[in-house]
Amino acid sequence: MSDPEILFGIYCPPHPQPLLTPEASEGYGRLRDAFETCRKRIEESEADLILVYSTTWPSIIGHQIQGHPEPEWVHVDDDFHYLGSMPYKFKMDTEFAEKFRECAESRGLQSRTVAYDGFPIDTGSIVALKLLNPDNKIPACIVSSNMYANRAETIVLGKSARDAIASQGKKAVVVVVSSLSNRMFTEHIEPAEDRIHSAKDDEWNKKILEFFGDGRLEDLSQLSREIHGQIRVQKVVAYKPAWWMSATMGQHNNYTGEVLSYEALHGSGGAVVVLTPSKGSVGDKEFDEDDVEHYHGDRGVLDAGSL
Amino acid sequence: MAKGEIVLGCLAPHPPHVVYAENPEQNEAFAEGGWETLRWGYNRLARKLKSIDYDAMVIFTPHWQTYIGTHFLGLPKFKSKSVDPVFPNLFRFNYDISVDVELAEKMCEVAGESGIVTKMMRNPDFRIDYGTITSCHMLNPEWDKPLVTISSNRNAHYYSPEVMNEQASALGDACAKAIQESGKRVVLISSHSLSHRHFVTESPLPEDMSREHIYNHSQYVWDMKLVDLMRDGKMKEVIDIMPEFTEQTIAETEAGGLTWMMAAMGYPEYPAEIYGYQSVIGTGNLIAAWDPLEATREIVL
Repeated sequence: MSDPEILFGIYCPPHPQPLLTPEASEGYGRLRDAFETCRKRIEESEADLILVYSTTWPSIIGHQIQGHPEPEWVHVDDDFHYLGSMPYKFKMDTEFAEKFRECAESRGLQSRTVAYDGFPIDTGSIVALKLLNPDNKIPACIVSSNMYANRAETIVLGKSARDAIASQGKKAVVVVVSSLSNRMFTEHIEPAEDRIHSAKDDEWNKKILEFFGDGRLEDLSQLSREIHGQIRVQKVVAYKPAWWMSATMGQHNNYTGEVLSYEALHGSGGAVVVLTPSKGSVGDKEFDEDDVEHYHGDRGVLDAGSL
Repeated sequence: MAKGEIVLGCLAPHPPHVVYAENPEQNEAFAEGGWETLRWGYNRLARKLKSIDYDAMVIFTPHWQTYIGTHFLGLPKFKSKSVDPVFPNLFRFNYDISVDVELAEKMCEVAGESGIVTKMMRNPDFRIDYGTITSCHMLNPEWDKPLVTISSNRNAHYYSPEVMNEQASALGDACAKAIQESGKRVVLISSHSLSHRHFVTESPLPEDMSREHIYNHSQYVWDMKLVDLMRDGKMKEVIDIMPEFTEQTIAETEAGGLTWMMAAMGYPEYPAEIYGYQSVIGTGNLIAAWDPLEATREIVL
């Protein structure tokens, strides 16, 4: 199978402020402008698929892929309900969704498409698709983030996406919806006074953005466990978006990286980043974690140890 | 005005599977049954509730997760469809619920006065979570009592289970005070499983009971430890070991529901009524109730 054609990748935050209240602070407005830049880039590209991996769509039964052709609802965020409602109607590439499921299963993953009226599409996916593809010019696909999945499973999921893109000959834009540091303030704040929750979070975010700016996506993937320990609230087992993004985009550092915006979103780190495949490589490291092609499930460590 | 009071506390797990298996007309999916130990336990507790005079149900749900304080439903009616994001094949429930806004506002006010960050939720498009719907449907399928839904502030994620315990206790104290001042008779519901490790695959027929069992024996032993303490009326001890239990079993108690309810009820020293324990897709689910009135308290199981 030939390599998939991935035009570029976008890393963007899930919070609703850039969509609902961009005027509330200069920072939210700059994030909105960055989304707008990405929207234009997508429209000017030859993309025929927007593939979204959202960290705010957790799944348990394997990896869920949105399979409804036109999901429609009015969504309200659990925390930021007072900012307003988010009506949406999206156009999904259902044939791609089925192919993605098939490719995931062929690599050993549990996966299923979901196509139910009223299915609750998550805040992050809604924010991304409404800002990046407001007129549904390009069909999209959304995949969940399994709450128990760790590195091997997430990398294999990325490779499955790659298989599906290649097999259908799509020209894809890959979108990862995730904050950087994800610790928010635990009380209500004035948007104009928003800032990153701590200096440590801010420093780590800037280090990550330095890597993004240099196009060092695989290096970030290799650093995921460290990032999770340092600046991620321990809601799930790992910081997975860099694993999935790198695996989907080819596991290398050959990108032109552009950090379009970096701002606080109720204390968490929100950045809009574009990674465009290029020639050459920066900062190759000795990658010390296994590359994995097929997911075999949990290893029976206790059983093996008792032999 | 007479002082309000808590007339019953219920531990009411919310796997959508139990609603699915009941086949209520509100749910779009159809099942051939399943999880009878839980459903029949729920049926019996629902019958007990019918014999109790109360004004409202107050439910603390893990599936309205908030990080910026504790939120309360703040509009009198919500009518829509709730689709479970994890099990959409099982749960697509058309609901029409009433909210006791007066009581919700009172709780919000008293909790705020005690230093807890709070917010009323007044967006009419807000969708009610499946945890609230599952527990409330199984306890009161007629839906003839107003609710107050309280979000679960995720202190365990940001700090630790110990901080969760402290803050959920403070919220429980505040809610108890608000109930007293309201003059209302209230049923509390803590909506969650005990051990909470799921299988990540599902059998082709989800209600195939030949496939259902606890995720591992360690989870079971921990769950039974809690059941024993509940039977013995040692709820303070349950709350004291809650951080360790929560960490060891990835328990859904991490949201703070049981701690909130026990604090509001003054950490009962009388036996809990046990209505059933069963695993659902690997998680440990217990239905239990705490009846403050000795005359009506039962040994159920």
